[in-house]
Amino acid sequence: MNASALELAPAAGRVHGGIPAGVGASGERGFRGAMRGAAIAVALVLAGVLTFLVIKGGPAFFAGAGDLPAHATDFFSLAAPLAFGSAWVAVIALAFAALPAIGVALASTIYAPSPRFGRFLGAVLDLLAAVPSVVFGLWGLMVLAPAMVPLYEWLHGHLGWLPFFSGDPSVTGRTVLTAGLVVAVMILPIMAAMCRESFALTPPPLIEAAYALGATRWEMVRTAVLPVARSGIVAGGMLGLGRALGETMAVAMVLSATPGLISVNLISSENPPTIAAFIASAFPESTGSKVSALIGLGLVLFAISLVVSIVGRRFAKKGVAK
Amino acid sequence: MTLTLTRRETSADAATTLRASRPTWRRRSKNALATGAVVGAAVLTAVPLTLVIWAAIQRGSERLDLALFSNSMRGVVGQGGGLLHALTGTLLITAATAAIAIPLGVSAAIYLTEYGDQTRLASLTRRAVDIMVSIPSIVAGLAAYALFSLLLGPGTRSGLAGAVALAMIMIPVVVRASEEVLRLVPGDLREAGLALGSPRWRVIRKIVLPTALPGLTAGAVLGVARIIGETAPLLLVAGFTDAMNYNLAEGRMATLPVFIYTQWSSKGLDTAAYDQRAWAGALVLMAVVVALQLAARALPPQIAKLRRNR
Repeated sequence: MNASALELAPAAGRVHGGIPAGVGASGERGFRGAMRGAAIAVALVLAGVLTFLVIKGGPAFFAGAGDLPAHATDFFSLAAPLAFGSAWVAVIALAFAALPAIGVALASTIYAPSPRFGRFLGAVLDLLAAVPSVVFGLWGLMVLAPAMVPLYEWLHGHLGWLPFFSGDPSVTGRTVLTAGLVVAVMILPIMAAMCRESFALTPPPLIEAAYALGATRWEMVRTAVLPVARSGIVAGGMLGLGRALGETMAVAMVLSATPGLISVNLISSENPPTIAAFIASAFPESTGSKVSALIGLGLVLFAISLVVSIVGRRFAKKGVAK
Repeated sequence: MTLTLTRRETSADAATTLRASRPTWRRRSKNALATGAVVGAAVLTAVPLTLVIWAAIQRGSERLDLALFSNSMRGVVGQGGGLLHALTGTLLITAATAAIAIPLGVSAAIYLTEYGDQTRLASLTRRAVDIMVSIPSIVAGLAAYALFSLLLGPGTRSGLAGAVALAMIMIPVVVRASEEVLRLVPGDLREAGLALGSPRWRVIRKIVLPTALPGLTAGAVLGVARIIGETAPLLLVAGFTDAMNYNLAEGRMATLPVFIYTQWSSKGLDTAAYDQRAWAGALVLMAVVVALQLAARALPPQIAKLRRNR
């Protein structure tokens, strides 16, 4: 529909009959220029973000001991444990959020008893997505974390031989597992939205064919809905992963982090810090070269989430290819 | 397809045929299990939302008094004090962000849909928007900090810098929502306007934009809802203060999310008073966010009605 309107555009510019030519033409040129300028400006904002980050954060990549926060000797030794922590929290969050996200997406599309129920679930997800991360942080820290302590003690008692549950469990509950759970809640609506979109794209004839062959509803979902939506589900997962990697406040508040630590222990009081949370908690007290190091870390975080989102978008495109 | 079908009986007896085509017990129980899991996932999603809202109401209402909305934190140690300074800061910074992001975002979307749909600039802008969506909010804060320290010297903190950081997050949301809405405007309307001899910009202003207005408004409200709870970038570039600051261009400015964070992170001796204020702040912020979400859903039909009555 839009294409035909566009084809008309040049013709309309040339033959605008009754309108006084001068006024119309200059107005058109001005308006068009302004809109074009806005499109250029949006592209320039991104270029600006990159430029400012590189100018202010670039020197940090070559900084030595003394110029870096957390007593790091070089940039790599500062960034590596933080990158591990970010990835570890994000993977835990993804592991908890993936199945519920697919489930709730199925519930609001295929299984919904009525469109109203589907819309209701959609509203719940939208609201969940809108809860500010600082509120989730406060809740995770003061409500969820203390509630998790008995579970951590139980896990340590029964599964303590696993590296994930060895060592003394945290008495505050502010562990990487609690942080992962909170982030899981935060990325669930994003993943569910993506899954919903791809489930809704299932061709109805495929669904009807599966039912006609005598499939139960689950068999229909397994043979018709899920295979079609596979790349959409992966794209949703990548989107959630990207958001989890960049999540700052909830992690900064919930996680009791030990700088420089790399550990897969889920329930200890000593946890690996994440890039985003480290920046947020170290920034207000930093000056000079330490600020530059934090901006350099931001650049690393940007690069990681960019790669994740590019991979995710590739899957998303595959999903909607007609 | 790995579907296993029950063998159909060839008997003419209808009842036998029906029974035979009924899924086996095994398949039926698998189906029931899957249904249970899906229903369980739906219930599970509502649990954390309910718990968070419940906690905010229960703990936040302890300090939901008049002083909360009429006092700042200036000179307050321990009990008392309020979040007026933070609420003011949030309103000012959000308004400034919206003033940057909405005109820029909607204009860029107009270029993308009405003028340069297939041009190289359009694909460049779309790609930039795709990338900007994936920028973690704290990185937007760092970029704004870097920009303002290049312009005004290191260590600069102001409400305006906060608004610039938030605009980086809001612009892609507005561009995407507006582009989607503008594409929903029927091409016939544009063609009718053009056929009557109107120049393209008048068709856009008099026909396309009014038609898309409800959707554009909803997109803008969603964009505001997206940034109003942002904490990390504001913590970096707008900083924090206990006192009122009406000047966006100069000095640190408190905001509601940062208020919640700092009440928790830098407590005085009377920790209960700080926790109470943090939760009261969380309750106010949640109320604002929920109101915005409801507004984004409710606004379009109302605006459409207004226009029809006129």
